[in-house]
Amino acid sequence: MFNVNRVMTRGALAAAVALPVTLCAGFALAQENGQPVPGGLGLPNMVTPVGLGTQQLYNMVLMPIISFIALFVLGLLIYVAYRFNEHANPIPSKLTHNTPLEIIWTLIPVLILLFISVPSLRLLAEQVEVPEASVTIKVTGNQWYWSYKYPEDQGGGFGFDQMLKPESELQPGELRLLTVDNEAVVPINEVIAVHITSNDVIHAFGVPSFGVRMDAIPGRLNQTWFKIDREGVYYGQCYFICGKDHAYMPIVIRAVTREKYNEWLAQAKQKFAGADQRVRVASESR
Amino acid sequence: MASSTMAGAHDHPRGLRRFLFSTNHKDIGTLYIILGSIGGVIGFLLSLAMRLELAYPGVQIFPGLAELLHGADPSMALDAGKNLYNVFITVHGVLMIFFMAMPILIGGFGNWFVPIMIGAPDMAFPRLNNISFWLLVSSLVLAVISMFVEGAPGMKGFGGGWTFYPPLSSNTGSPGPAMDFVILALHLAGASSILGAINFITTIFNMRAPGMTLHKMPLFVWSILVTAFLLLLVLPVLAGCVTMLLTDRNFGTMFYDPAGGGDPLLFQHLLWFFGHPEVYIVILPGFGIISQIVSTFSRKPVFGYLGMAYAMVCIGVLGSIVWAHHMYTVGMSLNAQRYFTLATMVIAVPTGIKIFSWIATMWGGSLSFRAPMVWAIGFIFVFTMGGITGVVLANASADKQFHEGYYVVAHFHYTLSLGAVFALYAGFYYWFPKMSGYMYSETLAKANFWLLFIGVNVVFFPQHFLGLGGMPRRYIDYPDAYALWNLVSSFGMIFVTLSLVVWFYAIIEAFMKKRLAGANPWGAGATTLEWTLSSPPPFHQFEVLPRITGAGR
Repeated sequence: MFNVNRVMTRGALAAAVALPVTLCAGFALAQENGQPVPGGLGLPNMVTPVGLGTQQLYNMVLMPIISFIALFVLGLLIYVAYRFNEHANPIPSKLTHNTPLEIIWTLIPVLILLFISVPSLRLLAEQVEVPEASVTIKVTGNQWYWSYKYPEDQGGGFGFDQMLKPESELQPGELRLLTVDNEAVVPINEVIAVHITSNDVIHAFGVPSFGVRMDAIPGRLNQTWFKIDREGVYYGQCYFICGKDHAYMPIVIRAVTREKYNEWLAQAKQKFAGADQRVRVASESR
Repeated sequence: MASSTMAGAHDHPRGLRRFLFSTNHKDIGTLYIILGSIGGVIGFLLSLAMRLELAYPGVQIFPGLAELLHGADPSMALDAGKNLYNVFITVHGVLMIFFMAMPILIGGFGNWFVPIMIGAPDMAFPRLNNISFWLLVSSLVLAVISMFVEGAPGMKGFGGGWTFYPPLSSNTGSPGPAMDFVILALHLAGASSILGAINFITTIFNMRAPGMTLHKMPLFVWSILVTAFLLLLVLPVLAGCVTMLLTDRNFGTMFYDPAGGGDPLLFQHLLWFFGHPEVYIVILPGFGIISQIVSTFSRKPVFGYLGMAYAMVCIGVLGSIVWAHHMYTVGMSLNAQRYFTLATMVIAVPTGIKIFSWIATMWGGSLSFRAPMVWAIGFIFVFTMGGITGVVLANASADKQFHEGYYVVAHFHYTLSLGAVFALYAGFYYWFPKMSGYMYSETLAKANFWLLFIGVNVVFFPQHFLGLGGMPRRYIDYPDAYALWNLVSSFGMIFVTLSLVVWFYAIIEAFMKKRLAGANPWGAGATTLEWTLSSPPPFHQFEVLPRITGAGR
């Protein structure tokens, strides 16, 4: 009996040492350039206000609090196992009530939750309330690719499909399961509103570096937004199970300056003008 | 029941008749535990295949499995393999919830010990008990058949996740009959649970021994009572929800089809109105078991008995009004998201009361680290780990970074695959001597614990990192950057597999060695009524009802 107790204590101590080390490493390692980092421990490098808010909420508020609670409970368990095992404490006490204690362990969690809810609800409002946007794009989920439409009155008037590049066609440096044929391009430092729907089953549009995840549901038009603060290529994937190729419909968004964006718009208008868009939306909602 | 007080008036059937037609709560409980073990082992094998597949990037084993299981043509094997992976994740979820956790915790331990703990001779409706069990068996058969009939065009089985969201589960995504089999399986499982819940509520309200007031009932009985109420309230909603899907699929209705004025979100609201209470249905009996065990092996009554009982009631009520926190990304209004965030976070309060009360029960006690206690302490730790990531995910704002990703997978496996399963093992090792009459090997039981504890932590802790990095769930293949933590996660399955082998061996060893357990192997701390009976208890117990005078716990 005593042996087991010792083993348990030792294992728990090892965990207690390892946990904060692993968790803190999450802050140091960040993603570069909008793609997942090999062996990464923490959130990606955020490039939008909402993403940065999410990073702050998680790294500064939520994670320290939950790590502390986990270690506190673990510490209590270890102490109790050590102090009150039958060898150390052969005669059990009869303590079954302590009203002040019970009030404390009800009130303190309430206070902690209130403390969390303030920044959390502020961020929520920022996510949900879409600001005045200078660029609007419409994204439609299909089995199993994404379609993009750029509205005419913002210099667009074209649409294209974004398909996974098969493994056999990948160039050196391109990412397996993430590289696509047609990247969607948006300008930096401008509010981009994204309207999201689906043609068949439910999909979800998600880009981790933006802090954005929104379901694409047939018959509904969802809206989200981002404002990217630096140039780069940002990768996302489908976040709702949609059939056999759920893992094979990535999202790639390239953020460029306004000038380069205008150039791209002009080129894209040519490139996609004659293309078969294969978009089957019955009525456009611009 | 009129003759139930007359000793010797009972039939005592043997062999097949005893088990096939059983109306005895202990035999039915045993059947439930066996059924749950079968469901759990199949569910585990499915997860083993999934973790093997995910150990390395790329698609390795599922095309072969599809050829083997479905006779897929080699030229189609890759697509069939991708579909089969989705079928596996779906059936894994359904089996583990409906055919492992619920049968063992509620049908098994509930049937065995609720009547004994309240001093009753049997359940209130013994024949209803029998049909509850056999409905569940029929349901399992339908669920397994669904894996082998057409779902998506040209594919076998339904692969849309255990939440069955249309349009993937309607004719758009799965025109074949696989989904109809799943729906009918859910109907039968639901009917089984509703009948079981009626039986438990009636038993607990009407058949308590003299002196056994509600506030003296053991906490395990309280947990089953709250669970039964939840089942009774939410399962009809699930039944309605999937029936509308059935009529959408077969009779041309449009409840969930936007083309006819329906809405896929209606399904999600109805499903989660059942689905969220369902997770508490799975974990509440676990809370009850842990309370009994912690008290027994601390040789102290439970700290704050009333607080513990009403915390469970409170969790049941709150758990029923927070369903849409599974739907933060569907485009709900800001105010709805605010409400569901706050309401969900509030659940942390009664849950915290339970965790602290268990620790306070141990505080000042005289702890003996027998196998059930080691499992119970393991439960408290892993459930806390699952609970705190639940606080993170309760925030609609933070959830948008984690939704449908591996952080969520890690979270609910810490609460269920670790929490509920540890409670289940704790209960199993606590009551095995009572149920079988034999003592198992303490060493094997603890080896089982350490292998599973190490195993599940190695499997699921790295999944937090995958989720933070953005890896979506339900993916057969992933970008190479996620390779490291997936490999570590899969590596943990070695320990989990070994722990199951040890568990089987522990049972076989106990039945071979036949060490008699005696009425009460746990000593002075075990004060509930089951320990006053012989091990195993007589076929009919309490022919003279016990009279309860002491304080409750």
